[in-house]
Amino acid sequence: MNYQELIKQTALADERYVVMTAENRAVIRDLPPILGHRFIDTGITEQNMIGMAAGLALRGRIPVCHALATFLIYRAYEFVRTDVGIAHLPVKLSSWIAGFLSDGNGPTHQAIEDVALMRTIPGMTVFCPADENDMLAMLPEIWASAHPAYVRLNTRPGVIKHEPFKTGKAEVISEGEDVTLLVYGMLFEQAYKAKEILESQGLKTGLVNMRSLKPVDEELILKVSATSKLVVTIEDHFLTGGLYSIIAEILLKNRTTANVLPFALNERWFRPGLLSEVLNYEGFTAPQLAEKITTTFKEQNKLAVEPAFITAG
Amino acid sequence: MTPDNMTPDKLNELKERALKVREHIVRLSTGGGCFTGASLSCADLIVYLYSGFLNISKETLTDPNRDYLLLSKGHDVPALYGMFVELGWMEKSRLDNHLKSNDHIYWHPNRNIPGIEFHSGSLGHLPSVSLGIAWDIRIRGGKNKVVVITGDGELDEGSVWETLHVASAYKMNNFTLVVDRNHFQANMRTEDLIPLEPLEDKFRAFGCEVKRINGHDFEQLEETFSQLPFSSTKPSVIIADTVRGKGLPSIQERADRWFCNFTGEEVDSLLKELHGEEETTLTSETLIVR
Repeated sequence: MNYQELIKQTALADERYVVMTAENRAVIRDLPPILGHRFIDTGITEQNMIGMAAGLALRGRIPVCHALATFLIYRAYEFVRTDVGIAHLPVKLSSWIAGFLSDGNGPTHQAIEDVALMRTIPGMTVFCPADENDMLAMLPEIWASAHPAYVRLNTRPGVIKHEPFKTGKAEVISEGEDVTLLVYGMLFEQAYKAKEILESQGLKTGLVNMRSLKPVDEELILKVSATSKLVVTIEDHFLTGGLYSIIAEILLKNRTTANVLPFALNERWFRPGLLSEVLNYEGFTAPQLAEKITTTFKEQNKLAVEPAFITAG
Repeated sequence: MTPDNMTPDKLNELKERALKVREHIVRLSTGGGCFTGASLSCADLIVYLYSGFLNISKETLTDPNRDYLLLSKGHDVPALYGMFVELGWMEKSRLDNHLKSNDHIYWHPNRNIPGIEFHSGSLGHLPSVSLGIAWDIRIRGGKNKVVVITGDGELDEGSVWETLHVASAYKMNNFTLVVDRNHFQANMRTEDLIPLEPLEDKFRAFGCEVKRINGHDFEQLEETFSQLPFSSTKPSVIIADTVRGKGLPSIQERADRWFCNFTGEEVDSLLKELHGEEETTLTSETLIVR
């Protein structure tokens, strides 16, 4: 099973599905002869594609729209907000190469504010699978829902077998009273390996695959904030508006706080290059994550009497 | 040439209806006001389309086989409100709720009003939404007509041309775009800012079959719309030349009378003006930011 096979089976089983793309066919290239007029390539017209998707949804269709993340939701943002968002239509936004996955493209292609932008739209749901199998486990429920949805597609191979998916629920890989790593998307692999390093150093480490950022698993976030000495957010996203912000909002809403160490891009784009280069340069490889977490953990233990809200990026 | 089905009786009925719709527009142009001029330029088009051309009725407002009219130039919604009242789709008393929070009667269209297919207000959106509707109708083998009305200033928006580009690539012959060519955008004559002419050539270059008519002449409207689709392989475009503020000489073609919020006395006088009495001397504020 892969993405193309899943969308093919979904569309063949339910004629409401329409597959749209603004000339990004690579992963769905075999579908045109199979889906016929339910495969619509609008050419490089992202805003028109989203407007058309709204029109198709008004007629009872479920359009699944494909484009590179920056163009799908930034170029067409006002169409997503105004046509899909205001009308709350079940348009499904499948974004390619969000976050670090745009590796060598440069800042024009870096979708690192996608979570922030999408979650501000009333009724929009936001999902970031950890790897291909996680994505395949998540998509059927996301596509079947009556809500508009944004998904960071991720076809990278996984490091674990994932649990069944439920909207609004995170996947808890492990619990740990010292440190809990909260991560979404392709950085799950690095977080998983960082957890192994931290455990080898004797830190009791929790790991959570967030999966669903809106709705988010608020109960889980409150629980780990209360039970872990240090909470770490790991995201290939701006510090503003992503998981770190989500946690800050939840803690504030619940009149509590926590020691939170964020790994994110603070007010800057990332240095382009091959993915391995990007991870290393930006400090997101497992050993780099583990090292910084260890240091911070030691420092924050000293602060145990007077908990500090750690903001250093 | 008068088409056979445009009898003198039908013509009179349309003209009377258009006058009533214009009266509604004028009455909505106070107590907060509305986009009076653009609504008046579009009024005859709206009246024509809902008086027999479009296959839609109070009973079929959500029927999948209905014809679709989408108003992309959302400022014209007072013409729709007025038309819906005349059609009996909306209680006349609801017009008293204009700009009140107890209802959904405001400056732009929204789907809380039965008959309004989709919200608009941000220009250049509904051509693509309409194309999506037309696409679904085509793959279901439906015969529904899909008509989207845009402004002429709205044609500045690149998304309109993206849509036509795609519509013509896919030979969407069930898609019709009508331009309310009133020659004004908000604050200026279109030709004084970003000139649109020669407009037919531009639409033809985008693969559309184009006709240009007087958008206030019911006989021309009937003759032209009855020929749709103009081509079996192209989208159709109708450029309806109109006059902003049509019916009210005191605001007609006045760049400073875009959004109007008249005094009660002005409304009384303008209602008479619609019926051919003398021009109103306007004292209410002009050039309101909206």
